[in-house]
Amino acid sequence: MRKAFEEELSNLHEQFYQMGLMVSESIYQSVKAFTSHDKETAEKVVNNDHHINEQQVMIETKSIELIALQQPVTSNLRRIVTIMKACADLERMGDHAVNVAKATIRVKGNKKDLAIENDLALMAEKVKKMVERSLTAFIETDIEEARQIALKDEEIDQMAFDIHKHTLDEMKKDPDLVLGATNYILVAGNLERISDYVTNLCEWIVYLESGKITELNTHNTLDNTSFK
Amino acid sequence: MNKEENKQSVYSVKDFNLWYGDTHALKDISLEIPEKEVVAIIGPSGCGKSTFIKTLNRMVELVPSVKMDGTIEYEGKNIKDAKVESLRTEVGMVFQKPNPFPKSIYDNIAYGPRIHGIKDKKTLDEVVEKSLKGAALWEEVKDRLSENAFGLSGGQQQRLCIARALAVEPEVILMDEPTSALDPLSTAKVEDLIHELKKNYSIIIVTHNMQQAARISDKTAFFLNGEVIEFDATEKMYSNPRDKRTDDYISGKFG
Repeated sequence: MRKAFEEELSNLHEQFYQMGLMVSESIYQSVKAFTSHDKETAEKVVNNDHHINEQQVMIETKSIELIALQQPVTSNLRRIVTIMKACADLERMGDHAVNVAKATIRVKGNKKDLAIENDLALMAEKVKKMVERSLTAFIETDIEEARQIALKDEEIDQMAFDIHKHTLDEMKKDPDLVLGATNYILVAGNLERISDYVTNLCEWIVYLESGKITELNTHNTLDNTSFK
Repeated sequence: MNKEENKQSVYSVKDFNLWYGDTHALKDISLEIPEKEVVAIIGPSGCGKSTFIKTLNRMVELVPSVKMDGTIEYEGKNIKDAKVESLRTEVGMVFQKPNPFPKSIYDNIAYGPRIHGIKDKKTLDEVVEKSLKGAALWEEVKDRLSENAFGLSGGQQQRLCIARALAVEPEVILMDEPTSALDPLSTAKVEDLIHELKKNYSIIIVTHNMQQAARISDKTAFFLNGEVIEFDATEKMYSNPRDKRTDDYISGKFG
């Protein structure tokens, strides 16, 4: 029944998944560029970001059109609203990948700290996996998996804090590092934000399945506010 | 939009006026109706939408006091000059209340082709099957074609009427509130059918159900007091109409 609407919904879902793949790729490339000091790849990430934004506009326009013309209710309505809101989160993730790419371009030529870069690479690898898992969980509407992924955000927060502290310590020891190392703090921050948006995606997966809007992690605590 | 420019108009209505006696029922209507699309006509009671659709197959001429002015062209030719029987072969019509003939399912469909001179049983069998398939009814009735059509449910009867219209191979199908008398499930089946049919036929549907017009039409014409207030792509009409009256009607402020 309502074959035309079902087809449109399926296309919307597909477009959302495509956007997820584009963002995932962008994060992957920006991280790869960072760990191999590859300015060219970093520049490509920055230049390709507009494709992600265009995809978002397409998805949002279509979502509004489907709501106006098809009077969706229950799970169909939840699906359209979820996709509409989640693609804004995806777009922000793409922006953070661009920030990582820009940091790569800035670090180039400055003094490096390979130990910290290694920690960042490990953190980035974890975040990348979270992004991929969340996209799969979205497609399969897997609430349990969504909850599990969201739990990992705490780990990421801790890694960002540790890297931030470590960087400050190294900069105090060797001021020549400052020009390059401040970018390490930025990259950690951007990766941490990507992880937060993954948590958002997981909250939307829970909403899609259960109809309940819940918070899976919050930042409303005062831990990790001191470097002592 | 290149798609718009290259589309032929199946109907071209220019400065068309109609009176029932002294009542000016249609005022200066000018519309280009594109082929192989679904055009919905919406508007409050008494706005002229049923009158308008009945001008397209000249059914309105059956009203004695009617007077008309202006032109309606079907595929480039003025319908006044056409033979009304051949116009009505190419322009089929489905009404609000399903109206099957008091005959078998088979004879309902075969009626039109027989009138046009087709007598060969094998040809008639093929036409009946093709039409019933085209109306998404074949699977449900193929084993009881000789049963009386009144034994079918409301939704099935309506699809039978659509099949009957398809049997004479029209170009256009006019529908005057085709699902008003049907339950939601049958309505959904007919809407799915309309979506399929528009691949091969031009469809003009009058409906007082605005949500239906939103779901199935490519273009929508909003009629008010005998005039066309707005005629545009449906997705534009329902998200950002040009005229405030259209906005008010669609958002339910009157009508």
